[in-house]
Amino acid sequence: MSALDRKLLRDIRRVWAQALAIALVMAAGVATLVLGDGAYRSIRETRGAYYDRASFADVFVQARRAPEGLAREVDALPGVAVAETRIVQAALLDLPGLMEPGAAALVSLPESGQPRLNRLTLRSGRLPDPRAIDEVVVNEAFAIAHGFRGGDRFDIVMNGRKRSLRVVGVALSPEYVYAMGPGDIVPDDRRFAVIWMPREALEAAFDLRGAFNSVTLKLWPGAREAEAIRRLDDLLAPYGGSGAYGRRDQASNSYLDSELQQLDAMRRVLPPIFLLVSAFLINMTLTRLLALEREQIGLFKALGYDNLPIAWHYMKLALLITAVGVVMGLAAGLWLGRGMTRLYGEFFHFPFLVFVEDARTYLLAVVTAGGAAVLGAARAVWGISRLAPATAMAPAAPPRFSKSPLEALVRPLAGSQLTMMALRRLIRWPVRSGLTMLGLALSAALLVGSLFTVDSLEVMIDTTFNRADRQNATLAFVEPRAPAALADIRHLPGVLRAEPYRATPVRLRSGPISRRTAIVAKVPDARLSRALDAKARPVEIPPSGIVLSSKLAHILGVEPGDTIDVEILEGRRRLAQVRVSAVVESYFGIVTFMHPAALDRLIGEGPRISGAYVDLDSGRARDFFDAVKASPAIGAVQLQDRALQKFRDTMARNIDVMMTTYLGLAVTVAFGVIYNSARIQLSESARELASLRVLGFTSGETSGVLLTEIGLLVVLSIPLGWGLGYGLAAAMVEAFDSELFRIPLIVAPTTYARAALVVLAAAAVSMIIVRNRVGRLDLVAVLKTRD
Amino acid sequence: MQDANPRSVFEARGLTKVYRTGDVEVRALRGLDLDLYAGEFAVFLGPSGSGKSTLFNILGGLDRATGGSAKFEGQELTTLSDRELTRYRRRNVGFVFQFYNLVPSLTARENVALVTEIADRPMSPDEALDMVGLGDRAGHFPAQLSGGEQQRVAIARAIAKRPEVLLCDEPTGALDSATGVRVLEALAFINETLGATTAVITHNSSIREMAHRVLYFGDGRVSRVETNTARKSPKDLSW
Repeated sequence: MSALDRKLLRDIRRVWAQALAIALVMAAGVATLVLGDGAYRSIRETRGAYYDRASFADVFVQARRAPEGLAREVDALPGVAVAETRIVQAALLDLPGLMEPGAAALVSLPESGQPRLNRLTLRSGRLPDPRAIDEVVVNEAFAIAHGFRGGDRFDIVMNGRKRSLRVVGVALSPEYVYAMGPGDIVPDDRRFAVIWMPREALEAAFDLRGAFNSVTLKLWPGAREAEAIRRLDDLLAPYGGSGAYGRRDQASNSYLDSELQQLDAMRRVLPPIFLLVSAFLINMTLTRLLALEREQIGLFKALGYDNLPIAWHYMKLALLITAVGVVMGLAAGLWLGRGMTRLYGEFFHFPFLVFVEDARTYLLAVVTAGGAAVLGAARAVWGISRLAPATAMAPAAPPRFSKSPLEALVRPLAGSQLTMMALRRLIRWPVRSGLTMLGLALSAALLVGSLFTVDSLEVMIDTTFNRADRQNATLAFVEPRAPAALADIRHLPGVLRAEPYRATPVRLRSGPISRRTAIVAKVPDARLSRALDAKARPVEIPPSGIVLSSKLAHILGVEPGDTIDVEILEGRRRLAQVRVSAVVESYFGIVTFMHPAALDRLIGEGPRISGAYVDLDSGRARDFFDAVKASPAIGAVQLQDRALQKFRDTMARNIDVMMTTYLGLAVTVAFGVIYNSARIQLSESARELASLRVLGFTSGETSGVLLTEIGLLVVLSIPLGWGLGYGLAAAMVEAFDSELFRIPLIVAPTTYARAALVVLAAAAVSMIIVRNRVGRLDLVAVLKTRD
Repeated sequence: MQDANPRSVFEARGLTKVYRTGDVEVRALRGLDLDLYAGEFAVFLGPSGSGKSTLFNILGGLDRATGGSAKFEGQELTTLSDRELTRYRRRNVGFVFQFYNLVPSLTARENVALVTEIADRPMSPDEALDMVGLGDRAGHFPAQLSGGEQQRVAIARAIAKRPEVLLCDEPTGALDSATGVRVLEALAFINETLGATTAVITHNSSIREMAHRVLYFGDGRVSRVETNTARKSPKDLSW
């Protein structure tokens, strides 16, 4: 090993703490990129592979009752590779340890056992005997939530009759990767079950002998989905078809899309910023670190070394730090990425996981991080190697301080010459001070960008649960009923108030863009479930026209006053043009509202209600739930408290985990920047400070010069960091925005305060280290060196 | 080295050097003329600011003159490119600085190896260290050596490439007399055994007694040259 290489290794050992801090910042940048990218690609690939292996259908439709004879015609539709008819029915569950009724989706299994589309992956047990009337397979999440095993029984209310079912198997289905009950906003595995049972048993229970009410299609590659949907709708129109839809509108898949979009957003917004920040810091730090090597570089030149080997020597230092940072970053990124993929895998109940680790991502990370380091080192070495060796070996000429106009401003603030020293140093190197400040600000911004989601979610929760939907429960009838049915609900025990609603599936179209959703009609002057404007104030639904959520209006590209096509997907399947009368705010889904009379007119089948929002006397909840379970007309119950609780649990699981990860990385960056700035500042001014000590200043007073300078930069950087952090938060909100889920841009004062506190804490630790070092300055040694 | 027709190693004519630091202009050399002969031991004496170190930097290829001519064995130094100057320093010149300028993270042997690794026909680092009497301290880091020992390592580093010229800027300036003598002895020994032209800058006028010639500096010029008929050995110098 050459003497220079030995020097390199020993130098690194000497500055290990700083080198490690730089490497950590770099690792944080690399890790975010690898982690975000790995998780996103792995989940996407896992989904794709699972869909393929389980033959996930392309088109889905629900009808009221169609004769089995129609199956042949469905099969013959152009573009259809596989068509499968089945029965899918909603039911209420009566579960042990659960006062309120649960909800179930009952799905029929063909006589042959496995369906041809949406094949089940048995996790344990077996498929039901086609002749058995009480044997079922349940989805794994539900089985785990209740600890059900083969042979266990539970009760269900089917068509108003209570029955006992026996679990013979536990399975996964591509159709219910994200398994959510009716009206839920996040999965509630305890309350919602997917139950597969023999078709014969379902036909008997729901009076559907020789008939079906659901069709799934697999299309030939290249077949046009829209065409298949149109023809299928035509075929099922006489039988109560409620509008076929493709994978995009399939509930589980669309939630997966939305989750993937969010992961994609995470991967697109945060990692590049982390990587850029770390690149910037590495560049800045290395430049300043190597500037301190000025005299050594001069010596090497005096000894006869060429510029190139000297540059290469220092480049190796930069590359070594880079290598350590990149390796740590890749390792951490892979580990975290796999962890996050596993977390998602568990949450989504995939039968297997495909980990995708893309070499191009690593290359990008390595090139960005390494490039930044090399450029930073090159900038420093180039500047010094241009000096004549005699000049380089002599200490740099005293910087040309002058009385800048800024001084007049700061002079009164500086109590002593020491403070003045600190202030003048700041003003003397505005670019350096500015860059250090920017580095600190960026780390504060990353903190704000990682912490703000909690604020946004709280506002979203408050708006949704305390202002918009204030009911305790939402009841849905099996079929729409006459308004008089509201009396049945009002008479249920414990009901304090009930407000009816009507919800009807529709397809909205504006030009080439269409979306499938439901129009909800709420009573005027509603006190329970209300539509809100952008400022979360209740909006009165106008007597005519349709009210769209801002997201939907944006998708369709319409404003109040424009008209859109509305296709009712039930009953007579009317088609009408409706004027957009207002736009409201909603954070979940794409929602639309109409005045009840207007919706009744539009559907044209007389006044109907789909269910009611109710306020409950909590003391009589048990009686209420018992009555609901016994009422055949009620098909689903959704509870706000539970929804909120599940929502918080889910968020705690997903966003919190992700944010904790990013937060940890942001703290690393913050500490890395401040520690390095402080250490370099110390090295740069060691002589000056030692001179002060010789003149009789205490080590406290002496380190005060440095600490004032760093402290001022930290304090000045915080507001800048807040501003940048708000921008980062805005970019993330924008990227997060999906059709199912949006978060408002809210950054609470506590978030700003927390970000500032973390930066200040990192600064305090660095300052303590620096202060101790000032105390240990070797006065004689420093002053003996020529000046 | 007392030849009748001594060969000039360095030849400077009308050499000028102007420094600009900040707003200040310093005329360090004002038309200096000088000859240094092969194998001689020359001592440069003069007050601070008289131009000794500036000349040393220019002769050593560490800096460029503003005007005039400086030749090393007939080769004009003032017109050399950076790369050529580097080659010149690497092949021909050994430096000894007042503050040793050792690399603190390298041992004595490694500090010498720093030069032997890039020189054309170097001696081994251990051989160089033996010449300055530090063969047994080769594995020590600068911080583990006394000032005199550090300076002798610097001398070993300077001579390991077998340079034609050894330029020493205040080599004893940071040392006490006993240690200084040991350093001077090392320099004299090397001057004799290797025959390297040795130029020593110093404030310490007693050192002049060990030189072949003494050049007095004043106002950026050589004001006077003195030739010693009888040289003293370093240990006989009165400090």
